[in-house]
Amino acid sequence: MRRRALAAAFPYTIPIFAGFWFLGLAYGIYMNVSGFSFVYPMLMSLTIFGGSLEFVAVTMLLGAYAPLQTFIMTLMIQARHLFYGISMLERYKGTGWKKPYLIFGMCDESFSINYSAEIPPGVDRGWFMFFVTLLNHFYWFSGATIGGIVGSLLSFDTEGLDFVMTAMFVVIFLEQWLKEKRHETALIGVAASAACLYLFGADSFMIPTMLCILCLLTVFRRPLERKGGLE
Amino acid sequence: MTLSQQIITIALCVLGTMLTRFLPFLIFSGKRPTPAFVRYLGKALPAAIFGMLVVYCLRNVEWTPFPGGIPEAVSIAVTVLLHLWRRQMLLSIAGGTACYMLLVQAVF
Repeated sequence: MRRRALAAAFPYTIPIFAGFWFLGLAYGIYMNVSGFSFVYPMLMSLTIFGGSLEFVAVTMLLGAYAPLQTFIMTLMIQARHLFYGISMLERYKGTGWKKPYLIFGMCDESFSINYSAEIPPGVDRGWFMFFVTLLNHFYWFSGATIGGIVGSLLSFDTEGLDFVMTAMFVVIFLEQWLKEKRHETALIGVAASAACLYLFGADSFMIPTMLCILCLLTVFRRPLERKGGLE
Repeated sequence: MTLSQQIITIALCVLGTMLTRFLPFLIFSGKRPTPAFVRYLGKALPAAIFGMLVVYCLRNVEWTPFPGGIPEAVSIAVTVLLHLWRRQMLLSIAGGTACYMLLVQAVF
C-alpha cells in the first residue's frame, strides 16, 4: 500500500524537486555568504519549511533583535496558509496520525499537489498526500543544507530555473480551470491579486489580496452557489 | 544578535508559520460540524488561490524597460499551449521552464 502510494506520488513531485533544489541551494548559499553556518539553513528548512519566509528570516537574523516585529512579519507572509487549511479541512479528514504532519508540511507546493492531484483508484489517499509532503520537505531540506555547506563554491549557470515553480502553478491553475464548469472564482483570484499587486507593490500585496478575495466570495456567495459548478 | 536571540527569532518564525497552518484545523475540529460558510469557502477558495499563486510567482517581474515581462509571458504561453496539447503536467512544466531559461540566457 505504501509503495503504491509512493510510486503514485513521486511523479507529481518531480517539478518540485527541480524547483526546491534550485531555490533551496540558492537559500543555503545566501545564508552561507551572509555568514551563517550550514546548521542554520538545515534547521530552518526542517522546522519552518516555507521558502519565502526563510529568505526574509535571513534579513531578520542580520538585523537588530525585534521579536514582535518578527512574529507579525511571519504572520503576514504566511497568512495564505489559512486559506489552504480551510480548503483542506475535508481532504485531510480521516488520515489518522499522518494528519499533524500533513498540516505541518502544508507549504504552497504540498497544498497545491494534494488539493489538485487525481489520486489513482486503489491508492491510499492518506499515504499519497503523506509522501507528497514528505518528498517536498526532503527536497527543500536537502537543497538548503547542501547550499549551506558548499556555499559560494557553486557557480550558477542555471539562470531562469526558478521559473519551474511559476510553470507548475500555471499548470495547476489551468487544470483547475479545465476541471470546473464556471470560472468566476478563478478570475476573482487573478484579478484581485493583480489589482492589489499594482496598488500595494510586491512586498505587501498578499494581505490586501486575501481580504479582497474573501470579500468578493462573501458578497457573491449566493449567485456563485446558485449557479453551481463549485467543485 | 546573541545565539539565544537568534533561536527566539527562528522559533517565532516557526510558531507563526505553524499557527497559520494549524489554525483552521484547530477551530473547525471534527467534533462540531463545520459552518456552511466555511465549507463554501473551502470549495470556492482553491481556484482563486491558484490564480493568486501564479500572480505571487510573478510579483517581482519588472514590466519596463524592454524586454520587461516578455520572457515570462512567452514561457507561460508555451506552458499553457503544451498543456492544452498533451495534458502532461511534467512535459508542460519542463517545456515552459526550458523556454524561459533559453530566453533569459540566450535571447534577452
